[in-house]
Formats: sequence, structure tokens, C-alpha cells
Amino acid sequence: MNFVIPGKVKTLSFVLMAIGVIAMVWGFLQGDGEHGEHHQRWWSNMLVNGFYFVAISLGALFFYTLQYAAEVGWSAQFKRIFEAMFSYLPIGLVIVLVLLITGRLGMHHTWHWMDQSLYVEGGENYDKIIAGKGAYFSDAFFWLRTVIYVGLFIWFANWFRKKSLLEDKEGGTELHVKQFKRSAIFLVCFAVFSSTLAWDWLMSIDTHWFSTMYGWYVFSGMWVTCMIFATILTLWLRKRGHLPHINDSHVHDLTKWMFAISMLWAYLWFCQFMLIWYANIPEEVQYYTTRFFDGHGGLSPYLFPLVMMFFINFALPFYILIARDAKRNSNLIVGVGLLIFCAHFVDVYLLVIPGTIHMEQYHGIEFWEWGMFAGFFGLFLLVVMKALSKAPLIPTNHPFLEESEHHEI
Amino acid sequence: MHKEAAIREPLILGHKTYNDITNDVVGPIEGPAPMGWKILISITGLISLYGIGCIMYLIGTGIGVWGLNKTVGWAWDITNFVWWVGIGHAGTLISAVLLLFRQKWRMAINRSAEAMTIFAVIMAAMFPGIHMGRIWVGYWVFPLPNQFGSLWVNFNSPLLWDVFAISTYFSVSLVFWYIGLIPDFATIRDRMIKPLPKKIYSILSFGWSGRAKNWTRFEEVSLVLAGIATPLVFSVHSIVSMDFATSVVPGWHTTIFPPYFVSGAVFSGFAMVLTLMLIMRKTMKLEAYVHVKHVEYMNIVIIVTGSIVGVAYLTELFMSWYSGVEYESYAFINRFSGPYAWSYWIMMTCNVISPQLMWFKKLRRSLTFTFVLTIFVNIGMWFERYVIIVTSIHRDYNPSSWGEFHATFIDIGVFVGTIGIFLTLFLLFARFFPVLALNELKTILKSSGESYKSDSEH
Repeated sequence: MNFVIPGKVKTLSFVLMAIGVIAMVWGFLQGDGEHGEHHQRWWSNMLVNGFYFVAISLGALFFYTLQYAAEVGWSAQFKRIFEAMFSYLPIGLVIVLVLLITGRLGMHHTWHWMDQSLYVEGGENYDKIIAGKGAYFSDAFFWLRTVIYVGLFIWFANWFRKKSLLEDKEGGTELHVKQFKRSAIFLVCFAVFSSTLAWDWLMSIDTHWFSTMYGWYVFSGMWVTCMIFATILTLWLRKRGHLPHINDSHVHDLTKWMFAISMLWAYLWFCQFMLIWYANIPEEVQYYTTRFFDGHGGLSPYLFPLVMMFFINFALPFYILIARDAKRNSNLIVGVGLLIFCAHFVDVYLLVIPGTIHMEQYHGIEFWEWGMFAGFFGLFLLVVMKALSKAPLIPTNHPFLEESEHHEI
Repeated sequence: MHKEAAIREPLILGHKTYNDITNDVVGPIEGPAPMGWKILISITGLISLYGIGCIMYLIGTGIGVWGLNKTVGWAWDITNFVWWVGIGHAGTLISAVLLLFRQKWRMAINRSAEAMTIFAVIMAAMFPGIHMGRIWVGYWVFPLPNQFGSLWVNFNSPLLWDVFAISTYFSVSLVFWYIGLIPDFATIRDRMIKPLPKKIYSILSFGWSGRAKNWTRFEEVSLVLAGIATPLVFSVHSIVSMDFATSVVPGWHTTIFPPYFVSGAVFSGFAMVLTLMLIMRKTMKLEAYVHVKHVEYMNIVIIVTGSIVGVAYLTELFMSWYSGVEYESYAFINRFSGPYAWSYWIMMTCNVISPQLMWFKKLRRSLTFTFVLTIFVNIGMWFERYVIIVTSIHRDYNPSSWGEFHATFIDIGVFVGTIGIFLTLFLLFARFFPVLALNELKTILKSSGESYKSDSEH
């Protein structure tokens, strides 16, 4: 018996999407900035949301393959949840691809380096530093690797889903071993591409700036948001009686991941910040000065969201989720989880917006920006639910199934 | 009741009983010392003495006897320090992180890995000590009031953070290791016949009675310590990396350093654990407990951490070009093509290329191959630190003060000496301590023992 999407959830996701559409229209109509911004803020928000949700599904594919590669037993029962989450990959990647293409066509100015006049020596826009990176940002190389990311991720996601459904029918351990091997290969690709795509899509927005930590930092963010969504979804499905063998130990373990990766994220955020702040080298530190100060002796408008998001992403899970009982308390997990989920949205937002919007024109996160977030969330939710309803929620022939059902800590 | 899937390989081979485990682990402690052990400890003892001699000479004469000069003011001393701290990481990772991940195979190796950690950290801690020159004022590293005659320490300096990080790490590792030993000491106490050893092991076992209450507390405290030790694994090597990364030296200042150092530390630590375990399982006849599957798991950790380190090397290399900062680019060009290029290529071969061979199942399950590879990794990780430290500072912003470093026999003697002391301590441990966590092993015998597993399938 397959899972049927409850009417209420369908309605919810459509309402969210409707809010999103209204917010998008409203945001677009906010129009050009004083400096001829070409709806830049709208495009930037498209990237924030486009990346944020693709990151969740990439995180899901990563975690899924990690379970195979590390021969994990306890999670075998709810691997369908991760499959559903990475089923959003094709849609999400196409959205990012469209943003990249429109950027290259000059419809918006999210990626400064896409402006070809920067590379013309002697031209009035010539930028020596960016021209120095020309080989990396050349059309041929950039589009080649973009196509490789998109193609590979979608191909892997489909392959895993197909084999997983096949295993339900065929059984045996041969398929499992195949998935184990393929997972290791995926993880190798992911180890390289998760960094390079973070450079390409996010770090390059601040074109002059660089940080070797960046890729791993963005990756830890993906992983947290993926764990939060998966945990909340599992709790919800269990509450509705779809996952009869999920006990408190599973919830405890899932929340441990939420907790641990939140700490990893905070560790990476802090190390990157602290080292740059400590060394105080101009070409590096300007990334943080724009986020901290307005350059006229005052504070930056980005500072408040930055501090809030760091507080929620680090201190909140640290103090609340550290206790054993907290990790078994559904209401608490959902409450804290949703807050971190939104705060990670602000994290991605702050990776994009300060590099694309002039500080003078920025006065905090607007309502329509949250509206767009809601809209994308609705879309993501609907896609995940659809995928959940297409296959039995609990796999039948997974070799570790029995281990998972008897999981107790 | 825990279930273990049929496709998992057993962790304890053959048909062992609880009594067999006790005999296998405690037997060697009860008997007389074998000849091989006596020979080995004589050799390592001599090497230690040579090292101690070099250290005495160093302290008596001054650190000028090292090959340091005005350009390269930091070389083997700090390289050895970081190398040893790194090796010390595996013990805590195996005991704490793998405990949190409920990896049962850790039980065969955690005891000796933890012992190795303690000894490696002691070796590491020696280097800042002897590097001070005036070791008799070594207590100045602690924030003592001015009445002691020193100024307050510089809290802005990562070197000071290191003092705190390493002393915390050492204390927690020691407590963790010791708590694990208590039930095993009690087992030895109960078997000893001679009164003196019985008394000693009785004191060491803190009056352990083996009641359910003792075990509950034991398990709780292990988990709490694991929770404390896990962030410590990260903090120690992150702070070690900050000794370099907070500076403005090209090649040192890069944000990826903290996580990449942590990964590199685990990588080198696992290599050292494997080097020692492969010898120990053979000489102490522990083949049933530490077998090919354990080695394979550890080799997988080596591939993963080695590849993470590889990604970090390449990221640094790429960013040095991408940044457009000419000093940064030069630092890296100099690394792979300058006067120390040989050390860079040793590092690359040993750390990045050779572990990739472990992708072949045949090779990662071959004990001989693994042994050779772990030696490679140990060498490679020493050179990694050498490359980072010496290559980066021997040519920096000011070409007129470029220089080169040449090790003296004291440099070499001190380093070789620490290896000798380390091995001596490890041999003493192997002789008088239970080298496997025997009471913990008993908990998995019925679920992961070979004969029990095959019985339950029929």
C-alpha cells in the first residue's frame, strides 16, 4: 500500500506556491534600483531559493549514498524519504541552470564575472584580477563543468532510485553490493564537485574574493538543512502511522545528525571568519567588512541578519538539542528544526545578497523575499510528496532492514 | 535485542568462549617476558637514550645546535610536534567518535590506539618544551600572576591556545583510556596469584566489582567522555593549524587549514595504529580479534581521510592561482618546483597517490601491502608538515632574506629519539596492560563472533 498525499498537504503546498507567485510578481514590480539594477534583487532571490532547495536535495543524495558506503544499518527503513528528497534534483538544477544562462545573456548581474568586457585588456571595464581568473571563467570551461554537475547528479539520482525499486522486487544482496560500490564513486565525484559548484555559483559572486574553506562550509550547510527536513518529514510520517517500526532511537539518531552537523557548520563558519579576521589581509577581509560595517562609521544592514542567523544556527541547537531527552521530543525537534531551517535560508541569503545589492539600497529582509522562500518551499514539498507516494514507503528487501527494525540505543 | 545482518563479516573469528578471550588477552601478561620483547625493548631503549642525550646536549648548549637560521626559524621542531600530535588523533577518534557511531570493530583496536595517543601526545608536548631554550622557565606558558616574575602570557597567540588545547586533550584522553582499563585490570587482579602483582592490579582497578551498577556507570561515563572528546579531536588540530593560518605568511594563511589538518591528523594516526597493530596481532597471537576485516575498515578510513587531504591540497593549489595574489601563487610554485620540490613530491606520492591503491579490494585486504602503505603514509605526513613549514618560510616577501634549511645531527637525533621513546612506552604497555578491551569484546562475542553468527543462521 502506497502513501497517499493528504488533501491538506496538497492544499498547503499550493497555498505556499500561490504566496510565492504573488511575492515574485510583487518583488519583480519593485522594479529597477536607482543604479539601473534590472530587478537585481529579484534575480538574487531566485538564486538564493534556487540554490537553497537544490542544496537540500543534493544533501539528501549525499547522505543516502553515505549510508550505503558506510554500510549503515539503522537508517535502512527510511531510505525512501531521502529518495523523495533527491527527486527534486532535476527541477532544482534546471532552475539554477536557467539563472546561469540568463545571467550570461546579460538579463541580470548576479555574477559580475559574466560581464565579458572585464577581460578586454585596455577596455574601460578591464579588471586585472578578474582577467587573471579568465581561464576558469571562460565560457568553454564553465559551461562544460556546469553540464557535468547537472548531468552527473541527475544520472546518479535516477540510477539509485531505479535500483532501489528493483531491489524491492528482486531481493538478494547483489544489487546492494552494486549500490555500495556506486555510492563510493558518487561520493568521490561529490567531494570534488560540491566544492567547485560552491565556488562557481556562490563564491564567484564576490568575484575578487576567495577562501579555500568555502566549498566545505557550503557543503556543511547543505547537510544540515537536509537532515532537518528529513527528520521533520520522518516524524510527520510516523505520527500518521506510515512508519510503524520507527522508534525513539531512530528519531534520536536523526536528531543527533541535526545537532552534530549544526556544530560542524558553526565550526567551519567560525574558522573561516576567525582566520580572515585575525590575519586582516585587505583582499580577504573586505568580505566580512561589508557584512559588518557600512563604511561610514556605522554598522552594516547585513549585520543584524548575520548575527541572528549565527545565533540560531549555532547556539539554539547547541543548548536545546544537546540533551538526550530533547532528541526524543518530537515537538521540540520540529520547533527547533524549523527555526534552524529558516536561519539557514538566511545563511544562503547572506552568501548572495551582499555581493549583488548595493549596501545603500538594502534595508533588511523584505516580506516578499520570505514570500518567495515560502513559494519555493511549497514547490519542494509537493515534489517530495509526489515522489513519496510513488513507491512503498518502506523498502522490502534491504539486507539491513532487520537491523533497522531492531534498532535500540 | 540487537540484530546483526547476515551480510556483515564476523568480528571475532573461530569459536571463542568468554574464557578464551580472557586467556588470550591476559595470558601474555601473566607469563614471563618473551625473548623477542626483551630484544626489542633493548633496541628502542638505546635509541631513546641517544635521543635523550641529544636533548640534554641541546638544552645545555642552546637551540643553535639545530639547523635553524634567521630565515627558517622553525623547522624540524615544529614539524615533529605537529606530526606527533596528528598521530595522537587516531586514538581518540577510534575510542570516542567510533563509539558514538557504534562501530563495534573499534573494540579490537581502541585500547592500543588510545595508549598510542597518550604516548604520541607526550612526544609532541616535548617539542615546545625543548624549543623554549630555557626550559627551566617553561611554566611561563601558563597564565601565572606577575609575582612569579613573568609577564602575562599573550592570549592573542594561537601558540598559547595550543597549550590549553593539548593539555585538555591529554587529560581527557588519559581519563578515557584509564576508565576503559578499569574492568580489565579487575579481570587481571582476579586471576593473579602472586601477592605483589595482585596488589598492584587491585589498586589500579579502583575496587571494580563487576556489578550491574558498575557497568551502568561505566557505560554512561564512556558516552559522556566520548561526547567531550569528540569536539576535542577537532579543537586540538584546528588550533595547531591556527599556529600557521592566523599569520600572513603565504602558504600558511589559508582558511581550509583547520578541517584539513584534522583530517590529515586522523589519516596519519590511523596509519600509525595500523603499523603497530599489524605487528602486535602477529607477535601476541591476536589474529582472531584483529583480522582482515578490521584492517579493511581502517584502510577505508585511510582512503577517505587521505582523499580529503588530497582535495584540500588541490583546493589550496587552485586558490593560490585563482586569488591572483602573486605571493600566494609563488609560494605554491616554489613548493612544487623550488629547492624543496623533492619534499613536495614525496608528500604528494605518499599521501594522495599511494592511498588510492586501497580502492582495490585485494590490496586493502592484504596485510603486507597495508603495512608497507602505512609506512608510506607516516613518512608522507611528516613531509606534509615539513613542506608547509620550511618551504613556506624559506622564501617569503623579501628575496634578500631568502635562505635554506639544513638539518643537523641533533635535529635528526632528537626526532629519532622520540620515536625510540614512543616505541619503548608502547612496548611497556604491551607487556603489562591488557592490549585489547577484553570486557568490551565479550559484549559482541555472541552477536559478531563467527561461530555464533553461523549458528544463528541455521
